[in-house]
Amino acid sequence: MFKYYLQLGLRSLRRNPVLTALMVLAIGFGVASSMTTYTVFRAMSGDPIPWKSDKLFFPQIDAWGPNPRNGTEPADAMTYIDAVSLTRDHRAHLQSALYPIAPTVHSDDPTQKSRTAPGQAVDSEFFPMLDVPFLYGGGWTAADDEQHARVAVISKSLNQRLFEGTNSVGQSIQLDSHSYRVSGVLDDWHPQPKFYDLATTDAFGTADQVFLPFTTATDAQLATRSGFLCIKLPGPGWAATLNSSCVWIGYMVELDTPSQVSTYRTYLEGYAREQQASGRFGWVPNNRLRDFSAWLDFEHVVPPQTKISFVVALCLLLVCMVNTVGLLLAKFLRRSGEIGVRRALGASRLAIAVQFGVEAGTIGMAGGVLGLMLTWLGVQVMHGSLPRQFAALAHIDLLLLWQTLLLAVVATVLAGLYPIWRAMYVRPALRLKED
Amino acid sequence: MSIHPILSALRRQKTGTTLIALQIALTLAIVCNALFIIRTQFEQMGRPTGLDERNLLMAATTQSGINSSTDAGKATLDASIKADLTALRQLPDVIDAYETRSIPLSGGLWGLGIRMMPSGAYGSHTTYFDADEHTLATLGLRLVAGRNFRSDEIGEDDDFGVLQPAVIIVSKHLADNLFPRGDALGKPVYFTSATKPSTIVGIVERMQTSSTYSGTDNRTWDSTLVPMRLVTPSRHYVVRTRSGRLAAAMQSVPAALYAQDPQRVIPDGSGGDEAGVRRFAQIRAEAYQGDRTLAMLMGIISIILLAVTGCGIAGLSSFWVGQRRRHIGVRRALGATRHDIVRYFLIENALISVAGVIVGILLTFEFNGWLMRQFELTRLSPVYVLIGVVMLLLLSQGAALAPALRAARIAPVEAIRSS
Repeated sequence: MFKYYLQLGLRSLRRNPVLTALMVLAIGFGVASSMTTYTVFRAMSGDPIPWKSDKLFFPQIDAWGPNPRNGTEPADAMTYIDAVSLTRDHRAHLQSALYPIAPTVHSDDPTQKSRTAPGQAVDSEFFPMLDVPFLYGGGWTAADDEQHARVAVISKSLNQRLFEGTNSVGQSIQLDSHSYRVSGVLDDWHPQPKFYDLATTDAFGTADQVFLPFTTATDAQLATRSGFLCIKLPGPGWAATLNSSCVWIGYMVELDTPSQVSTYRTYLEGYAREQQASGRFGWVPNNRLRDFSAWLDFEHVVPPQTKISFVVALCLLLVCMVNTVGLLLAKFLRRSGEIGVRRALGASRLAIAVQFGVEAGTIGMAGGVLGLMLTWLGVQVMHGSLPRQFAALAHIDLLLLWQTLLLAVVATVLAGLYPIWRAMYVRPALRLKED
Repeated sequence: MSIHPILSALRRQKTGTTLIALQIALTLAIVCNALFIIRTQFEQMGRPTGLDERNLLMAATTQSGINSSTDAGKATLDASIKADLTALRQLPDVIDAYETRSIPLSGGLWGLGIRMMPSGAYGSHTTYFDADEHTLATLGLRLVAGRNFRSDEIGEDDDFGVLQPAVIIVSKHLADNLFPRGDALGKPVYFTSATKPSTIVGIVERMQTSSTYSGTDNRTWDSTLVPMRLVTPSRHYVVRTRSGRLAAAMQSVPAALYAQDPQRVIPDGSGGDEAGVRRFAQIRAEAYQGDRTLAMLMGIISIILLAVTGCGIAGLSSFWVGQRRRHIGVRRALGATRHDIVRYFLIENALISVAGVIVGILLTFEFNGWLMRQFELTRLSPVYVLIGVVMLLLLSQGAALAPALRAARIAPVEAIRSS
């Protein structure tokens, strides 16, 4: 029966090629514009660590008090003093302070130019907390943190450049004017958005190539390569920077259960209260402990332009659907005579509904196929016009392919509901009489 | 012709009428806002920075192995910067050069609060740029009052600590903002945490900050030049080339820098790095890339939308013509001219369009209000609504024209032919 309806549908589509083409085009373009903007939106709002993101939290401690810059919202980054205190107290299951660095990597090979390598100063627990994949070796130990050891974890690409991809664990690399022992080499790892580094840096930067212990990096006076915000400027020198109220350090903790979360909140509250009692904070505690999605939202990871494009594209799809309702209605009611005959010959309303439903679905499929091709084209155009770091993110995969087809069929069938309903209730007797 | 029969005909095809009106309303709301967004983006992108943009390039370089926190390291760095600048200025392609950490639109933001007294609330904020006596000539900034820096005024910026230079040059926008009476020249101001005043010795006509942000407070134009040379391993050289020699300088500038220090890092733009040597046109294009893409998308979506709506109206109109062949035949038989038939369908279309447009105007402002709340867009100017209304009425009439003409060709004999 379904096959018969499909045949009827196809024949009917061929009968009014212009009307059919109009609908397929409308659905195709509507779906393609939505899906093209959605690929970009999806890439930017993605969760690169879905198996664990519900356990990651981002503490904020107000070290400035109420001020005109942020209002009552504490700064997103932390002072060195607070970051070091949180690490020392160690109240979370896993935790790490971090800040972006950019040391210069020197090569033993004189033909290789020196290069600046983007990286992060982190604590040893950073690697297990984020399930960072290793190709060789692993992260450093808590003892290395304490001893301010000169160890480093390097990326696969840096390992390729310096050691031609061989296992370099135990070898030494030259960063700025110090040498560091490689403790591990990462496998491909470039989470996007770069959620761990949002407090001070953009969400879609290049992949980090070198990781050093936080303690070692501050010892070596490696300055942050990114945000450094002050309400009161520090005196000259590195020690003054560390003791200042300037915020420049990100912080992240892993809390596995709701009770751990509430315990940690209490701890933060207590810590801020202590600071207030000691006179360092002249205001009541004002902390935040945002979870992963709240943090991404707070940091405005998805740029407003991407959101606007997506919303406007969805509106376009809506108009295309309204358009399709009208055209399907015209198409179905033009065949009132045929419906009348089929009803008079004993076809049930359901049979009519299925017949026209199949027809709408067929248009949806055709629109979906066109939409897929146009989406592919759209994504190519986006690659050419988006900032490089976003462009690499927007890609078509199998999931998107199915989503596009599904969206097209669902949109068309939804648009077809009213026309189908009208077709079902064509009165057979009246129609036959008229003819 | 009376409108009455048209209205009563429309009442018999409520669904189709409503659908077309709804489509017109939605299209109007989207297209008006899209046009307005496009216009806003272009306005932003078209703003001049105040620099001589055609002949500028910026080269990023990092030296390592020098500890800038010791006096000996600082002296080495300072000597190296001076040698670099001398070499650059001697190049035949180059007019002038200076060293800094950022220029307008190059990203990164180094801001300071400003107050009139060494204590109290900060009345204003500014983005500051490190500058020396070559900066005005290199950037092509136009001094409208006061003087340039002297070479003996240039101090060292080591990236840390409080900034309190004795003299500063500010943009006219900032000067007017601080001293609305226009007497900024010679006045002292205090930067964040500063205890010593900085006196305004010069005012430049226009200088954009390093960001493209265009909030309502107009901080985009509040720039300050401080007489400081940044003495850190990572820095930027800004070079103004002779007219027509920019392409040549893109090669000769990094070559000259490598000749000074072969060990230095100048990213070559491979492997996902940002290129170290960029012409200003590139810096501008990168700064506004998001805005340009948004404008392009809005343009494409508007065109698709108008096309879809036009086709939809044409499709439904021809369906109605087909439905009413007999009715048209009767009218023709009773003496209606072809003009009458065309006019009938066009007036019918106009009635629907006007209804759609009225609803659409309300929707347009609703949508704009939502965009304003969500994305801090500005209020839509009625001019765009007017343009949108005219565009949609014309589109709608145009789409109905072909079916109407076809209707006019229906022969009176159709009246007696069975469907």
